[in-house]
Amino acid sequence: MNALTGFVLRRVIGAVVTLFALSVIIYVVFYVTPGNVAQITCGPRCSPVQVHQVAQQLHLDDPLYVRYWHFLQGLFVGQDFSTGTSVEHCSAPCLGQSYQTDQQVTGIILTRLPVSFSLVLGAMVIWLLLGVGTGVLSAWRRGRFSERALTALTLAGVATPVFVIGLVLMIVVCGELQLLPFPEYVNFTDDPEQWAWNLLLPWLSLALIESANFARLTRASMLETLADDHIRTFRAYGVGERAIIARHALRGATASVIALNAVTFGSAVGGAVLTETLFGLPGVGQELVHAVKVVDLPVVVGMVLVVGFFVVLANAVADVLYAVADRRVVLA
Amino acid sequence: MSLVEVTGLTVEFGSLRAVDGLSFSLAEGAALALVGESGSGKSTVAGALLGLHRGTGARVSGSVRVAGTDVQAAPDEELRRLRGAKAAMVFQDPLSSLDPYYAIGDQIAEVHRVHTRVSRRTARARAVEVLERVGIPDAVRRSRSRPHEFSGGMRQRALIAMALACEPDLLIADEPTTALDVTVQAQILDLLHTLREETGMGLLLVTHDVGVAAESVDDILVMRHGTAVEHGPVGRVLAAPAQPYTRELLDAVPRVDARRTGSRATDEAVLEATGLRREFGRGSRTFAAVDDVSVTVRRGETLGVVGESGSGKTTLGRMLVGLLEPTAGAIRYEGRPHTGVNPAVQMVFQDPVSSLNPRRSVGESIADPLRARGTERDEQRIRGRVTELLERVGLEGAHYDRYPHEFSGGQRQRIGIARALAAEPRVIVCDEPVSALDVTTQAQVVELLGELQRELGLALVFIAHDLAVVRQVSDRVAVMRRGRIVEYGPADEVYDSPREPYTRQLLAAVPALDPELAARRRAARREPAVA
Repeated sequence: MNALTGFVLRRVIGAVVTLFALSVIIYVVFYVTPGNVAQITCGPRCSPVQVHQVAQQLHLDDPLYVRYWHFLQGLFVGQDFSTGTSVEHCSAPCLGQSYQTDQQVTGIILTRLPVSFSLVLGAMVIWLLLGVGTGVLSAWRRGRFSERALTALTLAGVATPVFVIGLVLMIVVCGELQLLPFPEYVNFTDDPEQWAWNLLLPWLSLALIESANFARLTRASMLETLADDHIRTFRAYGVGERAIIARHALRGATASVIALNAVTFGSAVGGAVLTETLFGLPGVGQELVHAVKVVDLPVVVGMVLVVGFFVVLANAVADVLYAVADRRVVLA
Repeated sequence: MSLVEVTGLTVEFGSLRAVDGLSFSLAEGAALALVGESGSGKSTVAGALLGLHRGTGARVSGSVRVAGTDVQAAPDEELRRLRGAKAAMVFQDPLSSLDPYYAIGDQIAEVHRVHTRVSRRTARARAVEVLERVGIPDAVRRSRSRPHEFSGGMRQRALIAMALACEPDLLIADEPTTALDVTVQAQILDLLHTLREETGMGLLLVTHDVGVAAESVDDILVMRHGTAVEHGPVGRVLAAPAQPYTRELLDAVPRVDARRTGSRATDEAVLEATGLRREFGRGSRTFAAVDDVSVTVRRGETLGVVGESGSGKTTLGRMLVGLLEPTAGAIRYEGRPHTGVNPAVQMVFQDPVSSLNPRRSVGESIADPLRARGTERDEQRIRGRVTELLERVGLEGAHYDRYPHEFSGGQRQRIGIARALAAEPRVIVCDEPVSALDVTTQAQVVELLGELQRELGLALVFIAHDLAVVRQVSDRVAVMRRGRIVEYGPADEVYDSPREPYTRQLLAAVPALDPELAARRRAARREPAVA
């Protein structure tokens, strides 16, 4: 328990430092990026006077450290924003306000995050089942025809872009067979059944791609374990091949599957842009790409911090699971 | 009917014939040792008894009958019933032979349930029972431990417990004590002996160590190149070997009572270490691997350092060479304080496989120290010098362009020695230089080191766990335990009249080549346990 407390504490400190570093980097990158932010924000038809007004309103002419200071202020004590006609208060933790829509970034994140989560969590269940299942199967049937076929299939999976699989799925399932309506996001809280039906295709397309990696990893680490001495021990004691695969070889693969899952999960929360765009899911990735395009700095920073937070969290959870799975690992 | 009946067994891996027409039998309750050097096919025979070569691509011919099962012809299902239930195997490396992810009790219970229709709970209880039987203290609690929480000796006990779980008629032990310290080895051999007395099971012991065989079996079968060289009662074979190879093998075995000969030791100190201490870890996890150790190495002499694993021998050796910075204490070379790496103090490592870069030719590896010194830049002369060194250690100059994998273990160790010589050292620290080698190869490498020492006036620090080898090569000996030197003095004094109980304990644990002496020692070891 003591080790766990220390571990959590170190991880929290590490996460805070990482996230701050992330925010500084984004501010600097956006500061040095060429282009007139005020002009972009205001629109192509704005007059120089209007552009100047926008720049003042958004503090775009302030030096970098002042702008970053404002950001920190918002984060810890809250901030007031003028929208030109009225003043809005944004209470701490305030990530700022979108240059484009005047919406508060926290609000945007809160509407986008459940969508991304719905997508990634569901897909995760499928990619784990499918990926690990395929991996186990091909480790068991190693050297035989069925294993080669599976290997070829997973290789094809790794190589296929998500929009190809997604498009094909949509055309076949929704268009030709008309088994499902074309996906449209429904909130889980509004109608769980519709939520699931509508997400089924996005889940499948994201998971099919990712599961290929899991299959390859599972197969590889199971084969590695199967070559270990302790497998020979159990064979020499008459333990059957099935039990050896299911109990001993698979167990050897858990640690690496957990690690890969953490990375995949963390990066998919903010990085499943293609899937989100293809299926019209208003998720984090889509919003992030849009915000970068229009140089909407507060939205970008907010989104990146949230995504970064999940990457850090996923890795910490993976480390704990790792230590649970393998008692030799000491949390440090 | 005999327990094991092997007739004309031949096992081929591709074009390699590992076992060639071997025949032997083992009566119920009897004990036989298969003894041979690496590559003699002894472990292959052990595997064949359980049909472990099935499905590996090895070609097996001849007949193998174990406890009434025709291993060659039996269907998979029958073979599974043989494995573990009638004939159980104990493997060499107890750490890698257990699944790191499961509790030891669960692993034993799993094996037990494969062969008996009992509940999970009954099997678990049986696991605790056998763990208790092999002398694991607090077996109920320790059965929940994972293998890494056990010491090497306890792991080997756990493996033996697994073998006992189904009360087999035959125990096959493949190098069961090779990875263990000498005192732990004695305990495990005693345990096997007691179990045999009590259960009446047969034992097939596979070992490279003639001493281990002498302690444990009735009959011995000496193998070479997959065939039987000599087969007979252990007392007769060891006392009066009929075959030249057996004699050669026995002559190469280092004796713990053989003194060093031909030494040219002097009194002139080359390397002096005072109050050496080395800590590892931080904070509350700090521990001292070496604590307050002072040794002197004199020109032309060999200082032997013996101790069991974890005693700090290697840490001490690395500090002497300058590969590790001491936490406290000082090293003086030729009277002057010295810190860091000293070209005049070189090292020969234990594992001749991993201490040579597999992607560089051996000549390049030997040339490294020459180039590092920077005094010689002429490639032609460097090559000449390397050729000289290769020839000096008994290899050929033409070997320059070959790669480590093309050499045998003994040859690789010669390469390691040549590399150490390249820097023209005054002192060479040899860390377990022969423990990975077969006895005959071991003897050759030891001889080479002795020759080089006499010729070049080298001082050697010879670190080893094998008390007999150390005795054979050393002028003076330091016995280490838990980071400290417990006894330090002339080799003959330390071995013939040890002052410390620990030294006596170590010496008593060395396997004797004479079965009768071994039996007396075993009896002596049992007594203090009763008291």
